[in-house]
Amino acid sequence: MPAAHPDTDQNLRRILADVLALKPEVVAGFTADTGLFGHLPELDSMAVATLLTELEDRLHITIEDDEIDGDLLDTYSHLLAFVTAKQAA
Amino acid sequence: MISTQWPCPLPAGGVNSEMALVAEGGDHVGGAQRLLVIPALLGEANQMRRFTVEVMRRLCAAGIPCVLPDLPGTNESLSPLAAQTPGDWQHAMAGAARHFGATHVLTIRGGAMLAPNDLPGWRYAPCTGATQLRHLLRTRIVAAREAGIAETQDGLLALGRAEGLDLAGMWLSADFITEFLGRVPDAEAPHRDILQEALSCGGGLWLRAEPGEDAGQADALAAIIAMALADGRPA
Repeated sequence: MPAAHPDTDQNLRRILADVLALKPEVVAGFTADTGLFGHLPELDSMAVATLLTELEDRLHITIEDDEIDGDLLDTYSHLLAFVTAKQAA
Repeated sequence: MISTQWPCPLPAGGVNSEMALVAEGGDHVGGAQRLLVIPALLGEANQMRRFTVEVMRRLCAAGIPCVLPDLPGTNESLSPLAAQTPGDWQHAMAGAARHFGATHVLTIRGGAMLAPNDLPGWRYAPCTGATQLRHLLRTRIVAAREAGIAETQDGLLALGRAEGLDLAGMWLSADFITEFLGRVPDAEAPHRDILQEALSCGGGLWLRAEPGEDAGQADALAAIIAMALADGRPA
């Protein structure tokens, strides 16, 4: 798996902050193990739909329906690895 | 700020009465500049309405009269949403520009796809029909999945293009969906894009689950337009 580019990491944190209306210092404190779906009350199923669309728009990737599973939004590191792989593809 | 009615031209000829929100003060009636504001579309219209009106209030206070027409089939309109197409909406906005004597246009999000090309202006955070439709489809898929129903974008799109589709409680006709998918803001139009980053204060309000407001963002967008108009820059 390719290492995440620092820009991708920063962009992903920014997108999470924008979509979930989180303070920058909150997303700056996310670690690889920080839980997302099921852990962040702001990330409900409707916010998931918005988040995926925003990831596509701002990271210039396409996310297929069948790629959206429980693991994708499990932890911050899983999501970062997913978008990094998508951008490298 | 007053509500008024305007004769909205219909695609096949004739007019329907539609509502519009007008922001103007007594001291600049008959002034040279008048801004047509085209709202965000579909689900985003609700999230962006308060922000849009807040920007209009600020522009009005700066001496720039603004008018925000309803799109046929939305808000107080007597026309059904299911009978509209994006082309009909663009036709309606051209009629509104003529009726209100607009000199410039400001579009919000997907409203960029409806802007009259003969007016200079600005497009705040413009998006394409495909992007907006994809989000609506995904929202429906997520909701369906929670109800134990498996739907896919391709399947819904095929159904939508053939029969129309209910998306977020809005019935969009097959013609609407087919046309909307191919709609993009006109690259040749005399409109300057104002991206969210230019407001430099957080994410766009269309991302929010509920309609919100942000005085800082409204200040920033109104300031960009007021300064450009004061400098005599058309856009």
